[in-house]
Amino acid sequence: MIDQKELRELEAKCIQECPPTCTAACPVHVDVKAMLVEIGRGDFTAALKIYRKAVPFPRIISRLCDQPCKDVCKRGEVGDEIAIRDLERACVEFGDTSSEKPRPLPKRKGHVAIVGGGISGITAAYEAARKGYAVTIFETGSVLGGSLWQIDKDFLPAWVIERDLEVMTTLGIEIRLNTPISGDIRELRREYEAVYLAVGAQIEEKFDLERDEHGFIKVDPVTFETSAAGIFAGGGMRWGKEMHSSITSISEGRRAAISIDRHLQHVSLTASRDNEGSYTSCLYTNLEGIEPLPVITESDGWRYNQDEAAQEAKRCLQCECMECVKVCEYLKHYERYPRRYVREIYNNLSIVKGTRYANTFINSCSLCGLCGEICPEDLDMGEVNLRARREMVKQKRMPASAFDFALRDMAFSNSDHFAFSRNRPGTDTSDYVLFPGCQLCASSPQHVESAYEYLNARLVDSHVGLMLGCCGAPAHWAGEEALFNQTIDRWRSDLYAMGDPMVILPCSSCYQVFKTTLPDVKIVSLWEVYEQYGLPEYAQPVSRTVAIHDPCSARRERPVQDSVRRIAEQLGCTIEELPLSREKTVCCSYGGHMWLANPQVAEKTIRRRVDEHPADYLTYCAMCRDFFSNQGKRTLHLLDLIYGEPTDDRAARHSPGWSQRHENRARLKRKLLTTIWGETMNGSQTYEAIRLIVSDEVRARLEQRLILTEDIQRVIEYAERTKRRLQNPESGRFLAYFKPTTVTYWVEYQPQTDGYVIFNAYSHRMEVPGSGES
Amino acid sequence: MTDVEIPSTSPWMCGNCNLPLEVASVDVGYMGNAFPVKLWKCPQCGLVFIPEDLALGKMVDVEKQLEDK
Ligand code: SF4
Ligand code: SF4
Ligand code: SF4
Ligand SMILES: [Zn+2]
Repeated sequence: MIDQKELRELEAKCIQECPPTCTAACPVHVDVKAMLVEIGRGDFTAALKIYRKAVPFPRIISRLCDQPCKDVCKRGEVGDEIAIRDLERACVEFGDTSSEKPRPLPKRKGHVAIVGGGISGITAAYEAARKGYAVTIFETGSVLGGSLWQIDKDFLPAWVIERDLEVMTTLGIEIRLNTPISGDIRELRREYEAVYLAVGAQIEEKFDLERDEHGFIKVDPVTFETSAAGIFAGGGMRWGKEMHSSITSISEGRRAAISIDRHLQHVSLTASRDNEGSYTSCLYTNLEGIEPLPVITESDGWRYNQDEAAQEAKRCLQCECMECVKVCEYLKHYERYPRRYVREIYNNLSIVKGTRYANTFINSCSLCGLCGEICPEDLDMGEVNLRARREMVKQKRMPASAFDFALRDMAFSNSDHFAFSRNRPGTDTSDYVLFPGCQLCASSPQHVESAYEYLNARLVDSHVGLMLGCCGAPAHWAGEEALFNQTIDRWRSDLYAMGDPMVILPCSSCYQVFKTTLPDVKIVSLWEVYEQYGLPEYAQPVSRTVAIHDPCSARRERPVQDSVRRIAEQLGCTIEELPLSREKTVCCSYGGHMWLANPQVAEKTIRRRVDEHPADYLTYCAMCRDFFSNQGKRTLHLLDLIYGEPTDDRAARHSPGWSQRHENRARLKRKLLTTIWGETMNGSQTYEAIRLIVSDEVRARLEQRLILTEDIQRVIEYAERTKRRLQNPESGRFLAYFKPTTVTYWVEYQPQTDGYVIFNAYSHRMEVPGSGES
Repeated sequence: MTDVEIPSTSPWMCGNCNLPLEVASVDVGYMGNAFPVKLWKCPQCGLVFIPEDLALGKMVDVEKQLEDK
């Protein structure tokens, strides 16, 4: 089970919610991104509102700020940095300030003394007053603003200062001008519950507080508390005359006000105060493919007009990560990003009573691992979703319908209909064994036969056995660990009985299952065998251009990927690489049962992939081939290239439907058993003999509803035997229903001399009376 | 489930008993829950008729709701 701690670790991995570099570097963390959106829209009032949230004296600061944000602006790596301060100035200029009355909180107990009316002092006063405290400012000079008055009047006119400082009176702050405070600061502290010292760099102060080696008052870098409790200090007096940063003064004034508030509320001064000043953001933003753009210049050579400001704001990259979401249709479909998703998954698993809204979300992931490959922090949502599924199975909360079809397909493959393990006739151990897997046998049984023949012919001095079945991947993906382990145990003991042969695997999903769960078993991909022993004479090169689609389960198998490419070249192919290939390849939607759990997302996933390149695709997974081909994309399996008739248009081959896939597997077993081992299969069911007559239209409907031939045969067998069926008196057709295991199937049919004509079929899982013996 | 609408006439009769179906309350269940639903039913042997749109519509919704509970 994912616990709270692990949830936080997972959440922390996804850095999508980290502020952009500009906001992190800003000592007061102006929400630059949001502000620039509003400016880009021409809504300067909204932009100003955002700016003012962080900056109490916007007219002054928008002229003075030293812009640490701009130095780290990502736009600077692709063109010029955004002119952030100039845009802030535009907000002040064009934004409507008529509604800008700051609303103080209800009055609170506590009187705060601010020593020094410079920018840091007045910020602390402003913030403390807004929190509801009584505030008195002691200023040596005859005006508030301190060093602001020394700035060139053209640059910072007096009216700007005066206008911005009006708010001090509005807030009811007591201002005592011409009132120097010196000597025993503790005396002042006795009169006021908290004191903030901010006399600036200009004044030589002699407060009797502990000092550092440079003679500055010692303060805690986070809380700004001095050696005396309740006395805080900040601003220019802490840095000396060399450094001047109005925005840092504001930041320190505000942070001191936070400490003062906490001091007055008797709560911890230090708890959760990370990243209050300027810091380095952990946000990752990919700049690949972004066109460099120069800064917009002011046409009057002085300041932006509204239009220019909007243009400049639109150059902002709106920095974010979203790397995984950009490549995964599934993550995109749910319109959030992993930090939010892991929280939703955790909540879903924690629900005791109530609806689990994230079930379908969890079950729709293809578990393909692409996100983990792409994420700068290696967060793999596939792993998270797989764990969640296992947990749901353990809690008995996995929806029964979720993966039922795929698990029944697997059960079929591992029943006597298909599964068997044999040494070559006349031998009792094997050096090699071909394990073609379930879906290749379902899609191209004839190629499996050819491959087995080839192996026996080429590996003359070795004994090559055969193992048919499903590796267990469907159970693994469904979170059914017990069933998966049971399946794997079976392969382990079959291999043991065959003398531990090396397993030859065409399917990358089987390859992953064997590689990760049976590390002692020797494995090799069929493609590497072809490369090592040479292609069959039969395979003739035909020159063609193909784009290679690597199956997601081959993501980390470089040698396999390389073998496939070299074989394709030997067969006359000119290879094009898709934008996402090899370790960054995309799942076809078969993985993780995405296609079953969420057909809509699956379709988007396939569409996006098949639209990436006009060339025929070449792949080496039967399901990738069939899914792409079902969407009308011309796609070849590597075995189509090796064994297809040269005259066939192999890329246009139709993929078999789900019933045909069962049939193909069963037939392959029967054929190989008779031709190679001289055995006959026994024990077929009565219903299997029932002959169905199905039009193409009805067949397509059955396919879409995932109703198999055998399901229909069972209903008819039951209905005809028991006569429990409805009948339409006019048409004479029958409608019967039967529940072989968990699903009730309804079939509308009419007997004919040579079989049963099927008109319709549908199913449901809810139980109704009369649905059979079971 | 109780608010399902079924067709006012049934095209089907019981092929087992050769009797017309009648509307009756039938218990439809899933995951340990049971709902009484008005359905066409053979008065003699109890065979019922679930129309296609009920199976593919309302029933699927209820199945999903119960599975996600
Ligand atoms: S790639 Fe995805 S999971 Fe990783 S940090 Fe970015 S948004 Fe978060
Ligand atoms: S591009 Fe925009 S969001 Fe990114 S750092 Fe620059 S101003 Fe901030
Ligand atoms: S489908 Fe693949 S890329 Fe998308 S979340 Fe799942 S594992 Fe990650
Ligand atoms: Zn009847």
